[in-house]
Amino acid sequence: MAETKWVPNIRQIAKEMHERGFTGITPGHRLCAGCVAGTIVRQVMMAARKPVVVINATGCLEVATTIFPYTAWQVPWAHNAFENAAAVASGVERAQAKLIRDKRFEGDPDIEMDYDIVVFGGDGGTYDIGLQALSGAMERGHKFMYVLYDNEAYMNTGIQRSGSTPFGAWTTTTPAGKVIPGKPVGKKPLVDIIAAHRIPYVATVSPYYWNDALVKFRKGFEADGPVFIRAFSTCNRGWYNAPEESIAISRLAVETCVFPLYEVVNGVEWRLSPPSLAIAKNPEKKKPVEEYLKTQRRFRHMFEPENRWMIKRFQEMVDYEWELLLERAGLKG
Amino acid sequence: MSALRGWKEIPIAGIPFEPAVKYKTGDWRVFRPVIDNEKCIKCGLCWMFCPDSSIIWDGDNFPTVDYEHCKGCGICAHECPTKAIEMVRG
Repeated sequence: MAETKWVPNIRQIAKEMHERGFTGITPGHRLCAGCVAGTIVRQVMMAARKPVVVINATGCLEVATTIFPYTAWQVPWAHNAFENAAAVASGVERAQAKLIRDKRFEGDPDIEMDYDIVVFGGDGGTYDIGLQALSGAMERGHKFMYVLYDNEAYMNTGIQRSGSTPFGAWTTTTPAGKVIPGKPVGKKPLVDIIAAHRIPYVATVSPYYWNDALVKFRKGFEADGPVFIRAFSTCNRGWYNAPEESIAISRLAVETCVFPLYEVVNGVEWRLSPPSLAIAKNPEKKKPVEEYLKTQRRFRHMFEPENRWMIKRFQEMVDYEWELLLERAGLKG
Repeated sequence: MSALRGWKEIPIAGIPFEPAVKYKTGDWRVFRPVIDNEKCIKCGLCWMFCPDSSIIWDGDNFPTVDYEHCKGCGICAHECPTKAIEMVRG
């Protein structure tokens, strides 16, 4: 895979976007105050090199940005069900290839056929419901970028657990109380599953590390084949964090290794990204998970004396995943 | 003949047609961000992190706030490296 030489320059990007009057997603969308999904969409649009077509699985982002008759999107946009976002993107990509091959709109000044396809899906639509369509599209090798904004539960329908909900988290379907102390099992290792499809590019991004995120989105646009990017997205309604701390939590998640930043090229070459690589080289920089857990009230019950074991267990799970990642990246020993 | 439109005339799917900028989300706000231009170093982080595209910045001048749409989440004030943004009630 060709490496991008692009170095994002915040002033230049701001200038260009200001002159074009383009932000991809306009103000006036109705995501909750402090929802980072809006920031992630903006960062994808900043990294775009061509016009973009957006396919949006059902979820918070879709519901909040297109409440009839208003739409916040400045790009062609299609809504589809939870389960078929990747299938719709496959169809768009094939139709684009066919129309270019047939020279159907060649020389038509009103129609641009040279565009990139982006899919936005939440964790419910990706980890659980849309996994088979996603897997199929990855296997067929359609060229599109799937951006998962991972807020770790079905937030749109009222905070039900999903395959992405972390161990011990409170949700309405895993309530912390006398019977169970939050979700009894951990997260599904989705990035591993997608990387196992041997697709050209898989990455994780956190909006706080915008430089890293923009470069990864650009790499995703430039890759020749399906791309999967998992973005860390806080949800202040479902996680009960302070809205203004959303970006700070995105940073803390990386610093505690709860959400390490890495990329996988062709499914085999695992590489840590600079923020996580710094922690791998200086393990004393790794912060304990308590610092991450205490920012969110969904983990509040874990700080009760009888539930302290859960913090220890959470730390063990994070450490296990982190060691596994170091081993894959060849940084062990 | 029916006065209703046939399938060929109606839109092929539900199409939202009004730009969302017409919907003013500014009235959700309790605290509003106020930028102190004397402290601002024009780093652009508020613009980068604003989820509502409500920080207006052209890359050269001082950023300004779109009070018609800013929801007052406070991310800009929290992330500002020089604490140039203050959240003020009202």
